[in-house]
Amino acid sequence: MAERGTVVVAMSGGVDSSMAAALLVEQGYGVIGVMLRLWAACSTRDNRCCTPDSIAAARQVAAQLNIPFYVLDYREAFRHIVVDYFVSTYAAGRTPNPCILCNAHVRFGLLLKEALALGAQYLATGHYARVRRTETGEYQLLRGLDLTKDQSYVLHRLTQWQLQHVLFPLGDWLKSDVRRAALQRGLMVHDRNDSQDLCFAGENGDYRAFIAQYAPQLLRPGPMLDTSGTLLGQHRGLAFYTIGQRKGLGIARAQRTYVVQLDPARNAVIVGNAEELGRDALFASSVHYISGQAPPSPARVTARIRYKSPDIPATLTCLEGDRAYVQFDRPLRDITPGQAVVFYQDEVVLGGGFIE
Amino acid sequence: METGISVLSSRMSVGRVIYLDHAASTPVDARVLEAMMPFFAEHYGNPSGIHVQARASAQALEQSRREVAEILGCKPKEVVFTSCGTESDNLAIRGVAFAAAQAGKGRHIITSACEHHAVTHTIAQLCENFGFEQTIVPVDRWGMVDPADVKRAIRSDTVLISIIYANNEVGTIQPLAAMGEIAREHGIPLHTDAVQAGGYLDLNVDRLNVDLLSLSGHKFYAPKGVGVLFVREGIALLPQQTGGGHEGGRRAGTENVPYIVGLAKALKLAQDVRPTENERLARLRDHLIQGIQAALPDVQLTGHPAQRLPHHASFVIPGVEANALLMHLDLAGICAASGSACNTGAAEPSDVLLAMGIPPQLALGALRLTLGRSTTAEDIETVLEVLPTVVRRLSTLQPR
Repeated sequence: MAERGTVVVAMSGGVDSSMAAALLVEQGYGVIGVMLRLWAACSTRDNRCCTPDSIAAARQVAAQLNIPFYVLDYREAFRHIVVDYFVSTYAAGRTPNPCILCNAHVRFGLLLKEALALGAQYLATGHYARVRRTETGEYQLLRGLDLTKDQSYVLHRLTQWQLQHVLFPLGDWLKSDVRRAALQRGLMVHDRNDSQDLCFAGENGDYRAFIAQYAPQLLRPGPMLDTSGTLLGQHRGLAFYTIGQRKGLGIARAQRTYVVQLDPARNAVIVGNAEELGRDALFASSVHYISGQAPPSPARVTARIRYKSPDIPATLTCLEGDRAYVQFDRPLRDITPGQAVVFYQDEVVLGGGFIE
Repeated sequence: METGISVLSSRMSVGRVIYLDHAASTPVDARVLEAMMPFFAEHYGNPSGIHVQARASAQALEQSRREVAEILGCKPKEVVFTSCGTESDNLAIRGVAFAAAQAGKGRHIITSACEHHAVTHTIAQLCENFGFEQTIVPVDRWGMVDPADVKRAIRSDTVLISIIYANNEVGTIQPLAAMGEIAREHGIPLHTDAVQAGGYLDLNVDRLNVDLLSLSGHKFYAPKGVGVLFVREGIALLPQQTGGGHEGGRRAGTENVPYIVGLAKALKLAQDVRPTENERLARLRDHLIQGIQAALPDVQLTGHPAQRLPHHASFVIPGVEANALLMHLDLAGICAASGSACNTGAAEPSDVLLAMGIPPQLALGALRLTLGRSTTAEDIETVLEVLPTVVRRLSTLQPR
């Protein structure tokens, strides 16, 4: 075995995971490249994970780095764990984030176990996040140093056991430096587009087209109502709408109008004005804490309610049954059931759960 | 940049790489390479020309044709050089089918359930796009075709029978001569894909009773990119590649002289050492099979236990997914295969294994180990140490 141990690196054919692999090789690890085949649908978009193009790109990088490279068929698991959840969450009138489940159960679940079985000690990815081991031996998940690329939000469900075996070589890199470093190393992928979230959705990352193909029942038209129950028009199916959405509602009202609620029981979309949208608190369920246990609470935190939304100061109260209550310092327009709320203290991820 | 080459070759592989994928490809024999070398830069003429350079190439080409013909027991003009085994299969099947259809003889083809894709996909295209029909005769649990089934499948409009000589995935050798006799009684040409058989079995076309036979050089220590199609005199064949009248008008295109020289040399070398080398390979192969079955009693041998290629061992392993197994073996320095090449990671059970009655889930755990000239008894011992450990480790893993 290599001096620093053996690591399996999950490659997507994009610049980030390619650089992650290159750095690990330079740091003296024995590196094994793998690519997960997650979804069967054919797409020629070159920033889609697991297209023939992406496989060829990752294979080429692996050849440049002189590391073994394998494509692993995870389509079955991905469908059961991620796609079914994605569809059923929409069916319940909520807005899913499939990347979170994929990371928790597929990438850092099944693949991590497979990596360890291969004789590796670590699994590495190109995520922008950091892992720190404290003096007491506890593993902490930290934001990526490049705050514009930070991906800790989608990693907030990782456990102590997983973090012990995870390497994020790009955690203290800036994205702009990654591209330059890839170019310097002559990696063919230095100018490839970034991998997209919703890797399995169709062209342009349009999840609605995906829903139309795989869960057409979610595209049943129904009433669009205001908060007092007045019928304003028809909607095209709940899956086309998310809380806070203002565009594409297809109705004309004097004041700015937003989606404020999705009601699967009545197959209705409820719209209202900005004041009706705002909430300053939420309940979350299936809350996971990185440390393995709930922190003393109430606790002052900052919280993110979407992957790309800013941190909002809030007070976290941990509740029984893996639930939590989050009181924000100011009202927010886009608290969306189904999305994750992730709690931070400075750069440390405390954990998170799903918005009820 | 410091690369991982030293790390991986010295630490992740145990010693030298053990190559047990000779059914996929073989290294070029040094004597073959030597025979080829003059025909790149020294004797480079186009064999169709009239000058001294052309004559040298033409002489080498026709000498190679005579050498191949001698091994096949046929006339030199019955030997067509092609670019690979797949092209030979395509030319045989399309060439005979189109010529027969044109002559109004019919559009029915008989084939078996254990053919290579070069045959099945070619016949499928004839059926889908050109109005042909096919009868696929079944195979038994060993992957063996019953000649009586072939006889029963014959119709008045049958124009071609194509049966593989020895299967690539499971190594089973078909009773070709018996089928050839039946075909001859009915006046129907019999084609055989002998790509896997080339280096190991009798290729005498009269003893085999075949009218067309495909070979591929890189399966017997010639380079990739050259093949042979034997076409018996009198068999009507519509060329599939037209141009100059090369290869007796059956396959246009300037002959790949160095590779053809290499193929002829390699075929002769392989056939010369056949009796002793087959015995050596079969002894090692049998030791491998017995060792694996002793260590892993759940593992089943696929293909015929006796009527199989001497270098070929194939298995299905319950609870193990082939690609994962191959990856683990690769990291342990053992090159193996599952039977049919796939590099996209997609796990699909093989049609051949399904046709033999192996359940789909079990068929996903296919392993093929094919020995070759470089294989030593020590290699087999290493595999017998590594494989059971890897299989046990994998069976404890949660399925993906």
